[in-house]
Amino acid sequence: MGNVVVDVMLKSEILDPQGQAVAFALPRLGFHQFTDVRQGKRFVLTVEGEVTEEVLAAAREAAETMLSNPVIEDVVSVRAESPLDSSSAESQV
Amino acid sequence: MRVGVVTFPGSLDDHDARRAVRIAGGEPVTLWHGDDSLHDVDAVVLPGGFSYGDYLRAGAIARFAPVMSALVPAAKGGLPVLGICNGFQILCESHLLPGAMIQNDHRTFICRDQPLRVENATTAWTSDFMPGEEITIVLKNQDGQYVADEATLDELEGEGRVTFRYVVEQGGHNPNGSYRDIAGITNRRGNVVGLMPHPEHSVEAGYGPSLDGLKFFTSVLKSVVNA
Repeated sequence: MGNVVVDVMLKSEILDPQGQAVAFALPRLGFHQFTDVRQGKRFVLTVEGEVTEEVLAAAREAAETMLSNPVIEDVVSVRAESPLDSSSAESQV
Repeated sequence: MRVGVVTFPGSLDDHDARRAVRIAGGEPVTLWHGDDSLHDVDAVVLPGGFSYGDYLRAGAIARFAPVMSALVPAAKGGLPVLGICNGFQILCESHLLPGAMIQNDHRTFICRDQPLRVENATTAWTSDFMPGEEITIVLKNQDGQYVADEATLDELEGEGRVTFRYVVEQGGHNPNGSYRDIAGITNRRGNVVGLMPHPEHSVEAGYGPSLDGLKFFTSVLKSVVNA
């Protein structure tokens, strides 16, 4: 079983109301060093077997046609999941 | 004159849209998102509310509903289609209209009587208005901020395709941050119109701020007769 990770962000020129809400709330918790916050979306697409070039190509097409709206969003990356993405790695943080 | 109103999972205003069609003198026809036939209707309304939870983006999943596989080619062939609120979002996601809708710039849900200016009174859905006429209908949305790149906005303005603009006081702000105060737009042919505010709630005395919404529906009935 393999996973493809797709990251989508609003284009930089588009206002991000959600990110702004987070940015305004951070100082209330004492975080004053962050001047801006942009919030994006991560999709994890699971396939049976290995993540092949064909799988990645299909994921790229899905990312461009459905997972993102090219009018307002950019597909930042489409890649096979690395060990760093897994939950076991998170526990090391 | 048969006007179809599509019900998606989450549609809220389909009943009001059908009622508006009836009051205007048309025959409302219920269309179902999962049905890939338009049942020979003469025009279609995509109503407001929500669709498929609006997961991913508002209107993004509805775009792939079976009924849309019939609607998109029909709209490209000239069938009058009106998208209201979520319906407008579905038309943008389907690329029948340019641009996209994102969250209101102030991040809060809005619900109020909203003055609009009719900028284009030649479309299938606006021919009963006078150009420049000010109307007041209900605006209620969370994701109502119309955005598009500068080239698209210039093209819309240059071709007279901005159909409705929010009336904004000098130095004031429009209700959701929409670029160039755009409340509604049309395609080149003028048969597809999308707008954020809700004409179907302003068709009957005693309900809503005016009867201005009725003219959307009387316009399309005439456009179908004249076609």
